[in-house]
Amino acid sequence: MSHAVPRPLRSSPGLRIGLSVALATGLYGISFGALSVAAGLTFWQTVALSALMFTGGSQFAFVGVVSGGGAGASALGAATLLGLRNAVYGMNMNALVRPRGWRRLLAAHVTIDESNATASSQTDPLEERRGFWAAGLGVWVLWNTFTVLGALLGDALGDPGRWGLDGAAVAAFLGLLWPRLSGREPVAVAAVCALVTALAIPVLPPGVPILVAAVVAALMGRSPRGGGRDRVASGGGAEAAA
Amino acid sequence: MTMWSWVLAACALAYALKLVGHLVPDRWLDDPRVGRMAGTMTVGLLAALVVMNAFGSGQALAVDARLGALLVAAVALWLRAPFLLVVVLGAVAAGVLRLLGAA
Repeated sequence: MSHAVPRPLRSSPGLRIGLSVALATGLYGISFGALSVAAGLTFWQTVALSALMFTGGSQFAFVGVVSGGGAGASALGAATLLGLRNAVYGMNMNALVRPRGWRRLLAAHVTIDESNATASSQTDPLEERRGFWAAGLGVWVLWNTFTVLGALLGDALGDPGRWGLDGAAVAAFLGLLWPRLSGREPVAVAAVCALVTALAIPVLPPGVPILVAAVVAALMGRSPRGGGRDRVASGGGAEAAA
Repeated sequence: MTMWSWVLAACALAYALKLVGHLVPDRWLDDPRVGRMAGTMTVGLLAALVVMNAFGSGQALAVDARLGALLVAAVALWLRAPFLLVVVLGAVAAGVLRLLGAA
């Protein structure tokens, strides 16, 4: 892709979206911290999960199993199943961001829903890279900060849903999807995958519906119908931040 | 095994999964078909994440205040609101609906 002059950091849409996403998601760490301690994990185990596992869905699954009285092995199994999609993201991010040397190890650690989604929402290679790192590192810092806060405050906060934070996550993911919905094929893929996910949620373990949707989307991309390249066709990434 | 070993083993597995994706050989990724599939997969994954976050409740579907957040965000995006405003409006919509007694 031959693009015009790179935007300065100050007006970088990748950076701006990445940091917005980091804020929206990072705050949610408070609920993880509170839940984890309530489930019976120690303060330091809670901190270790956020710093080292660092993939929200898997962390919630791990403490969810523990709080339900499940064994450590089933907690590990649930968390790992949910983390499978990060391998898909890793492949995607390696293609877009192409980190080299020690940065590969760091990039792998911050490969999560948010960094993958932010990078994918951009069309300029530089903005893809900025978006990935801003969201990945930004979420890591805030997620861990608020995990600590949540673990210390515990139940005093109550249900984070009361603060509308779950609504923020819904809006954020829709905001990342929106600019890509130009043209008939992306809309069809989104509609089919949304339906597949809704149908799969009641019958499959948490986290797996996302994988099923990924496979369906990949199969839809394999058939040459429609032609052209969607990544280029989407093109609206910058507008989301305007 | 102690809880600490399960925690650390699960963390190691989570990292290994992320790394495996990153280590897929570059020449696979240069295939244009892979580029197309990555494009549709991104759209599919985002759509799935929207549905999971808006209606998922463990292993069940639930319609609650998050539907309001979804609708408000969609209208805001349609009106070309900036990303951060969309996110804030989503939180406000869910928060207000709960205040009004929605589940």
